[in-house]
Amino acid sequence: MAVPKFWRQIPALYNLEGSVCGCGALAFPPREVCPKCHAVGLKPHRFRGKGTVETFTIIRTPTTDPEGENIEVPARSIPYVMGIIRLEEGPRLTAQIVDARPEDVRIGDRVELVFRKLLEKGPKGVIQYGYKFRPV
Amino acid sequence: MRKVAIIGVGMTPFGQLWDRSLISLAVEAGAKAIHDAGITHKDVGVLYGGTMSSGLFSGQEHLASMFADHSGFDHIPSVRVEAACASGGLALRQAYIDVASGAHDIAVVGGVEKMTDLGIYPVTKVLSTAADAERESSLGVTFPGIYAMMARLHMHKYHTTEEQLAMVAVKNHAHAIHNPHAQFRRAITVDQVMGSVKIADPLKLLDASPVSDGGAALVLADEKTARSQSDTPVWIAGSGHATDTIALHDREDMLSMRSTVYAARDAFRQAGLSPKDIGMAELHDCFTIAELLALEDLGFVDRGASGSFIEQGQAHIGGSLPINPSGGLKAKGHPVGASGIAQAIESVLQLRGDAGLRNTGAEIALTQNVGGSGGTAVVHIFRR
Repeated sequence: MAVPKFWRQIPALYNLEGSVCGCGALAFPPREVCPKCHAVGLKPHRFRGKGTVETFTIIRTPTTDPEGENIEVPARSIPYVMGIIRLEEGPRLTAQIVDARPEDVRIGDRVELVFRKLLEKGPKGVIQYGYKFRPV
Repeated sequence: MRKVAIIGVGMTPFGQLWDRSLISLAVEAGAKAIHDAGITHKDVGVLYGGTMSSGLFSGQEHLASMFADHSGFDHIPSVRVEAACASGGLALRQAYIDVASGAHDIAVVGGVEKMTDLGIYPVTKVLSTAADAERESSLGVTFPGIYAMMARLHMHKYHTTEEQLAMVAVKNHAHAIHNPHAQFRRAITVDQVMGSVKIADPLKLLDASPVSDGGAALVLADEKTARSQSDTPVWIAGSGHATDTIALHDREDMLSMRSTVYAARDAFRQAGLSPKDIGMAELHDCFTIAELLALEDLGFVDRGASGSFIEQGQAHIGGSLPINPSGGLKAKGHPVGASGIAQAIESVLQLRGDAGLRNTGAEIALTQNVGGSGGTAVVHIFRR
């Protein structure tokens, strides 16, 4: 397993590091070209990790076999909630919503960043960590 | 640009075709289309083929060469096109541009997918590659999950009901009963949809198109060739293609695919037509919510009015605007790369009046083929 694939995502996945353009436009994940003014040379920008649920779903059929070796960790806890979250600074992202019963999640819920395990690549493979969100 | 017509169509049955290989499906569809057009292999100048992920589904890439070789063509150029579930529709558009430009007079364009060689988890994984791998799928959201988030938002904003979503599936199954190539030729009820197993709330198994194998192909010709070869040419009156963000969360309005809006704008402009001129449409109902969003993005109904449009029966054959008379992706089946071509085939059969009990009497047809959650859309308008 090639480790750089996971290593290079650490700033975005651990610290919600996106980008900011000279024009003020924010982006997450970081972009090479400003989505507003098309300038290059954007600088890193760390998001605070507070936001609001704009829509969500309860996943009952995952993309990896819960009994398998290579697993996206959410698959272990079927059903699990995935949502689209509007960060306070503006951009949205897709993330798992944890520490809540699926039936209790609502559009408009306030959520905050938590650091959790995302992926396990077999008993000898890489473990990937990153962002999830929980109700405030 | 020269005028271009479809002069031949051919497709395999869609379904779980365990005895058929990827390439055999592609070759059968192409051979049927060539036969239907009344031409021979040596008349064909170029091949185009759409497939989403033959590499991940079947372990086979370099399909452009394989299409030409196994179909028995001698060294003609061949192009494989990929745009997720819009691969077929985009292959059609690229072949159209090729013939319209004058590069070749006759093109065969096909679409194919062989999905049932994989189990449910790997299939779900392959389909999720149509989303943003690092920012959507690898974090745990499935492809049905992305459409489910659109469905929940539509229900929240417009009070669309789960029953109205179910009615899309019920309608498309009712249409497929009369389609000999359809995967599911049986009626279902709203109660059956509502009671089917949940896959990603609020979507249930019967809100989703199936995992399918199948191939479909068309023969395109320039105006001079078409008029000499065919008594029933179907003209490509408009062709549009546009993109949107690959990740759903990056769209300002998550209930509109701007790709569909702009592709439709360009297709209508080229054809000199508007939504009220369309007699029937084949829309990309990979999930029931997708048909509702398409009705709104194409301008057939106002924002938020698609649920009641379906509930009133206006999208049935015999209604004011029949949608998916073929049975759609939902009931005809959705071998992803083939679906965009199969939409065009249904349009041709309808405009020729060859659709049997599905005949709508339409004179102008529209197709909308979507890749991923809307990252690509291709819209075509056909007329007699």
